[in-house]
Amino acid sequence: MKKASEEKTVVAVAGQPNSGKSTIFNLLTGARQHVANYPGVTVEKKTGSYRFKGERFELVDLPGTYSLTSYSLEERIARDFLLHEKPALVVDIVDASNLERNLYLTFQLSEMGIPLVIDLNMMDIAERRGLEIDVEELSRRLGAKVVPTVGNRGKGKKELYEAIRETSKDKTRFTPIHIDYGKSIEPILNELEQKLSEDKNLSSHYQPRWLAIKLMENDSEVRKLIDKHSEKGNILSLLKSKRDWFISQYGDAPEKVIAERRYLTASGIAEATVKRKKEVLWTLSDRIDQIVCHRFSGPVILAVIIYLLYKLSIGYGWKLTNYTWPLLASFRDLIASVLPAEGFIHDPFLRAMPLWVINGIIAVLNYVPIFLILFTLIAILEDTGYMARMAFILDRIFRYFGLHGQSTLPLILGGVYVGGCAIPGVMACRGIKCERSRMATIMTVPLMNCMAKVPLYVLLISIFFAEHKGFAMFFIATITIIIALSVAKILNLTVLRKREMAPFVMEMPAYHLPTVQGVLRRCLERTWLFVRKVITIIIAVAIIVYFLISFPGLSKERDAYYGNQASEIRQIFFKEIGDENPYAGTLSGAGFEEFSIYWDDYKKAGIAAKGDEEKEAIDKKFRERNPEFFKIVKSEDKEAAKVNRAYKKLERKRKQLRMEKREETIQGSLLGRTGYFMEPFTRFAGFNWRVNIALLSSFAAKESSVATLGSIYQTEEIGEEKMLEERIKEKEKGWNPLHALAIMLFMAMYPPCIPTLIMVRLEAGSTKWMLFAGIYPIVLGLMFAILVFTGGNLLGLSGLQAMIAFYILAIAVTTVMGLIKRKPKME
Amino acid sequence: MTLDEMKPGQECRILKVNIGGATGQRLLDMGFIPGTKVRVIRNAPLVDPVEFNVRGYHVSLRHSEAKGVEVELQ
Ligand SMILES: Nc1nc2c(ncn2[C@@H]2O[C@H](COP(=O)(O)OP(=O)(O)OP(=O)(O)O)[C@@H](O)[C@H]2O)c(=O)[nH]1
Ligand SMILES: [Mg+2]
Repeated sequence: MKKASEEKTVVAVAGQPNSGKSTIFNLLTGARQHVANYPGVTVEKKTGSYRFKGERFELVDLPGTYSLTSYSLEERIARDFLLHEKPALVVDIVDASNLERNLYLTFQLSEMGIPLVIDLNMMDIAERRGLEIDVEELSRRLGAKVVPTVGNRGKGKKELYEAIRETSKDKTRFTPIHIDYGKSIEPILNELEQKLSEDKNLSSHYQPRWLAIKLMENDSEVRKLIDKHSEKGNILSLLKSKRDWFISQYGDAPEKVIAERRYLTASGIAEATVKRKKEVLWTLSDRIDQIVCHRFSGPVILAVIIYLLYKLSIGYGWKLTNYTWPLLASFRDLIASVLPAEGFIHDPFLRAMPLWVINGIIAVLNYVPIFLILFTLIAILEDTGYMARMAFILDRIFRYFGLHGQSTLPLILGGVYVGGCAIPGVMACRGIKCERSRMATIMTVPLMNCMAKVPLYVLLISIFFAEHKGFAMFFIATITIIIALSVAKILNLTVLRKREMAPFVMEMPAYHLPTVQGVLRRCLERTWLFVRKVITIIIAVAIIVYFLISFPGLSKERDAYYGNQASEIRQIFFKEIGDENPYAGTLSGAGFEEFSIYWDDYKKAGIAAKGDEEKEAIDKKFRERNPEFFKIVKSEDKEAAKVNRAYKKLERKRKQLRMEKREETIQGSLLGRTGYFMEPFTRFAGFNWRVNIALLSSFAAKESSVATLGSIYQTEEIGEEKMLEERIKEKEKGWNPLHALAIMLFMAMYPPCIPTLIMVRLEAGSTKWMLFAGIYPIVLGLMFAILVFTGGNLLGLSGLQAMIAFYILAIAVTTVMGLIKRKPKME
Repeated sequence: MTLDEMKPGQECRILKVNIGGATGQRLLDMGFIPGTKVRVIRNAPLVDPVEFNVRGYHVSLRHSEAKGVEVELQ
């Protein structure tokens, strides 16, 4: 918050999609940016500021639009900003290689009466296409300053700064364009303009001619505006009679004639200002597209790109986490070292609680390397222009299910095959232009197989489908997209029925070479958004979950029981080593606690050490720290060995006791009681209370499902993962593959994790939708689990048979869903 | 005939845009104006959508949208 009193000039950056608005915006503002949303919608609002010659300018990056009608959200936002926020100036980014179509928007901006500066961007591409533009003449015809730039190379930056300053100081440098809409419409426009000018309330706020044009275009928002502000109600009735007369007279809607005249004017200006030095019939872009959009090679290339996306981000990203995880872990250890020490069987609240929260945070931060790679790759794909091709290739399939070609990327990121992440998936939904498809995509992305679901699949498959591992993995990897398509269609036909749809008119932009700077900027922006949004909320949620699994806690008697057990273990230890043992003295009283810490530290250091040299150094350090203790941990003499053995025994008992205590606490906790409480119902799905608890607690983070199962099924020493499989088999003798299949399907439909829900809330724009996204998968998952478990048992199916039957059923349902016709088109 | 009936490689001239509302307006905004030349570039691998060249840039439409544009072959 700098000096609020300082004068600043608000400048809006407008232009057609892909004209380079964001590039120019970044070029002008540098790093001083702020990203937020326009109030109430999920369209990004980027503001930034800069200083030039001692003055402060504030830039707002408007959404890219082809026009300024009220048919799409982006257009409404851009227009409302210009109408109501009244920027001092608009910088219109015009794609020089596509002048005609870009001027169509320029005219509409100019008609609104806000001073314009034209940034003639992409001059390099225009040149490459053999176009020579007469900038002077263009400036004269448009009545505004025109500055040629090459945004991604920073060319023309100074001149643009200068032009913005000059025009903002001297408004006479801009004259609104006056397009001749022809003999048929002009008289009506004039009459309307006259009427509107008489209305002081209106004409003081808006340009009467602009209002008149918009009214003739039958713009619903402007009609509302008139309704609200007009003193006399007769304007709309006059309009209606004029429009009706026009249509009966000329057989065409006025908006068509208006668009025609604008294009006619644009063509005229282009003809007068653009010289074609050479005819470029086949651009490089066209040649690339011949392969990339080809009937056969297109899908193959798409598949390769998807594969690379997974391989590079998830595959190599995971490997990167091997390096970053120790950093996070040492951060946790650092915190742990300043917290109160671990108790014998009970950790103090001030240790347990912060560690729980930190564990939650670093579990999420662990994904950052993956996200960095992923967001970099997405930014590259976006910048090159491949996204539009991806949508082009797959639109046909998605459309059957009420999705959009642009749903491809979000679903891929979410994990169409195994191992995605719903967070970037949901974030990527922003690009989908059709509101209804966008919502359907946001809602179904979390059904994909994110990385966190995989460990449980692997665990269960290797126990219960060991002979059909390949098929089982294929089943679970592909079943989710099949189900998601059906779900998308159902949502389309029900809750999303009334949502706005956008026509599929998608520009296929020419390919661009992405710039390092642009890619990095976007990648960091998105990663930062994720980190910032998620960390704050994770803390709150982790605290809540902690209470859910620890309260109300053990009863006094049970607590005392564990206390007794603990002291008994200690007594046995001292009895075993005997009073005469020379080490008994150092271990009595506070010495015992000290020794426990020493023992743990030594063990930890030993695990981390690599190579003999390092081990020796550690030994030396520990010998110095406490020579007596060192003898014990090393069993250096007979008595020490005795203590060592006894201590190991004690440790084992202590761990088991801690475990039992924890298990009992969880069982008695609010979460545990819920798990018990639900058993009579979830039994139909084959879930006993243990599974219920594991599933309930994975809500905080799915990857913990295996860990929770691990702790619930823990028996003695903390075991390896292989052990867990054994333990589950041991404890759940009655389980068959149907149990496992039910759990897997439930996990496949598992509600989104908290960070994803946060993103859903952000992207869908309401808490209601977030709750919906959290609840419907549970219902679905339970339905499927009950279906395969109860159904399978009734029919006497084996696990594999049930799997196949479910797969066939899912495909059948999805096929039917795809064939259901959507309601006839809008008009 | 209408724009969706055109084959890749063919060129035509727009006679009239027969749909209104959001789709019609968007088509007009993108330059689908009577008299404009349109070349069909290619169909998507699954036939729909179709890519066109209009006024020097490329745009793809679904057949359902292209149906609303009346054209004559060149
Ligand atoms: N060759 C060339 N490429 C440019 C120029 N300016 C921007 N680009 C590239 O064009 C692409 C689109 O630029 P953006 O700044 O994202 O365009 P935008 O107008 O913000 O696009 P939307 O936000 O989607 O409407 C990027 O890959 C840029 O690197 C230019 O002057 N010349
Ligand atoms: Mg942009």
